[in-house]
Amino acid sequence: MHELPQNLANGLMLGLMYGLIAVGYTMVYGIVQLINFAHGEIFMIGGFGALTAYLALPSGTSLWLALPVMLVGGVIASVLVATGAERFAYRPLRTAPRLAPLITAIGLSIALQQVVWAFYPGAKKARTFPQFHGNPIDLGAFQLQRNDIFLLIAAPLCMLILASFVRLTRTGRAMQATAQDPDTAKLMGINTDRIIVVAFALGAAFAAVAAVAHGLRYGQVDFMMGFIAGLKAFTAAVLGGIGNIYGAMLGGLVLGIAESLATAYIQNVPGMHQLGGAGWANVWAFVLLIVVLLVRPQGLLGERVADRA
Amino acid sequence: MRKSSLLVVSIAVTGALTLSACGSRGEKSGSENAGGGTKVVIGVDAPLTGKLSALGLGIKNSVDLAVQKANKEKTVPGVTFEVQGLDDQANPTSGQQNATKLVGDKTVLGVVGPLNSSVSLTMQKVFNDAKLAQVSPANTNPQLSLGPDWGTGKFARPYASYFRTATTDVVQGKFAAQYLYNDAKKTKVFVIDDKKTYGAGLANIFQEEFKKLGGTVVGADHINPDDKDFSAVATKVKASGADSVYYGGEYPEGGPLTDQIKKAGAQIPLFGGDGLYDDEFIKLSNNNSNGDLATSVGAPVEELDSAKAFIADYKAAGYKDPYAAYGGYSYDAAWSIIEAVKATVAANGGKVPDDARAKVIDALSKVSFDGVTGKVSFDQYGDTSNKQLTVYTVKDNKWVSVKSGTYTG
Repeated sequence: MHELPQNLANGLMLGLMYGLIAVGYTMVYGIVQLINFAHGEIFMIGGFGALTAYLALPSGTSLWLALPVMLVGGVIASVLVATGAERFAYRPLRTAPRLAPLITAIGLSIALQQVVWAFYPGAKKARTFPQFHGNPIDLGAFQLQRNDIFLLIAAPLCMLILASFVRLTRTGRAMQATAQDPDTAKLMGINTDRIIVVAFALGAAFAAVAAVAHGLRYGQVDFMMGFIAGLKAFTAAVLGGIGNIYGAMLGGLVLGIAESLATAYIQNVPGMHQLGGAGWANVWAFVLLIVVLLVRPQGLLGERVADRA
Repeated sequence: MRKSSLLVVSIAVTGALTLSACGSRGEKSGSENAGGGTKVVIGVDAPLTGKLSALGLGIKNSVDLAVQKANKEKTVPGVTFEVQGLDDQANPTSGQQNATKLVGDKTVLGVVGPLNSSVSLTMQKVFNDAKLAQVSPANTNPQLSLGPDWGTGKFARPYASYFRTATTDVVQGKFAAQYLYNDAKKTKVFVIDDKKTYGAGLANIFQEEFKKLGGTVVGADHINPDDKDFSAVATKVKASGADSVYYGGEYPEGGPLTDQIKKAGAQIPLFGGDGLYDDEFIKLSNNNSNGDLATSVGAPVEELDSAKAFIADYKAAGYKDPYAAYGGYSYDAAWSIIEAVKATVAANGGKVPDDARAKVIDALSKVSFDGVTGKVSFDQYGDTSNKQLTVYTVKDNKWVSVKSGTYTG
């Protein structure tokens, strides 16, 4: 069992990334009840935005210096696309039946993938993403990859900022109000259109941070990367209770650690040899999702609210 | 309740998205060499987009090169060849659709492709039913030519229309095991595969031979194609105390896999088959693959005298993408079809016969010529009779050949 700390660390990193992306799903769902399936592609575009920013810098720039610029580039790219999508694809469908925006989201997801595939130079194959070089840091029980330090700092920091934003600022409280009851919120003088844009933009910014972390961790970005990551993050959001931002992060962590532990240990359970290993990690992750939803249909931290659609 | 039913719908729709994301895209035909005479089309099926497009475009361009040469030199008098390239995105469903499309076009007398063994499995029957010759430059799974029971030694050729210029994994996996145990002196191997027809098959053959030689398999795991995160597998590899890893799979996962294994602190070589032998592997490993090994079919194209003209012509033709791992085999595959058409036309008094497809298959089994990769001919199962293999290693972020040999058993 001496590699248990390492497996937990692996799962933690994966989970933090899922959680960051899941926040975008959950915030948009909490406010407009839309599952924004294009969110995975917003994440992917954040990665390409960061890569573009890095390439725009003079070559040889230290990655430590470049990282803030890459973050800004990624956030700008994904926020622009997300708010653009909200304005031109989802807002006209605000009053349409729910399936219409859902299908729009799926269409948008394919369109964004293909746009990057077709127009981003060299994006028909995976593009390499800059990485920090050097040996992993040995913490005794486990090793920490240099490239993961960013994620380890950025994810909790982002969550802290988001939590205080939602609780303490006027806009944040307006978001809560809109989530609870958009019509009453509007009557109270809240500009709900603006709040919705803010929700999309915040989710996109988180996705961009996750994309930079993803690029650093795996050293590559490609036009398909948003699909699996988005699906997992969506699962994390449901697992944690869709609509709840803390739930999204918790769901991400549970999912990441579950995948990591399933890969490592299920094989050792007597009689389960065939059902273990990395190939089955996704299966166990979804078994976990089903079990959680059976016991708590609203997700880990979700509240049981009367549906108001 | 509305909420949960919405979720079900969303998940179902996401599933549909996976499928539609793999739909076919574009049919670009390569050669525009319109000349006189009867038109004969050579179909190409390969992944022209997506992760494996580096290999697929190399295949298509190389076929195009062969066809241009045949047209220019009037290899078959009275016949003008054309290329029709279809994209299968490494997806068996798209492959079968492409096969159906090619079968429907009566001017198609032979098909080069596909790249993936799993795609070939869905195409073989379609081609065989239509008696259309298929020559794959890259399929290495033994089942395709030796039948499903090849593992027990019972060889039965399932489809008479199937030929290949690539060596099978039986040869490749055993060659790899012998190299790793006898030459590299590794005794403890961790085996990983990607659950695909090619990867899982290759890993199994390797494993059996490695154990037979006296080595130990200290652990095994399977990964999902499309995954990026292999940190849990890497931790397992390190904990197992293996001195080498064998990976049955392709470079899009192989690159990140070796990177993550090395970052996890296991400085051991990753060994794989021809699916790893591409420069993309080194790129995707973030230049963290030095010392890794791969076997590939045939001798290095760059080192063959017979290939010098091919390489020069390829450069002169100005294709955007390199000929990659299978360029020479694709050229030879296309040329074998051209030779077969030539024999068929010659036997019919200089005209393409009505039942040309069946006659081309007969002619293919008798083809013998000196190609880019050496002597090209097919045995009674449709496999190449050229059983040459080479082990390559990554040195200073470049593939270099370390050992070439002919597999004898």
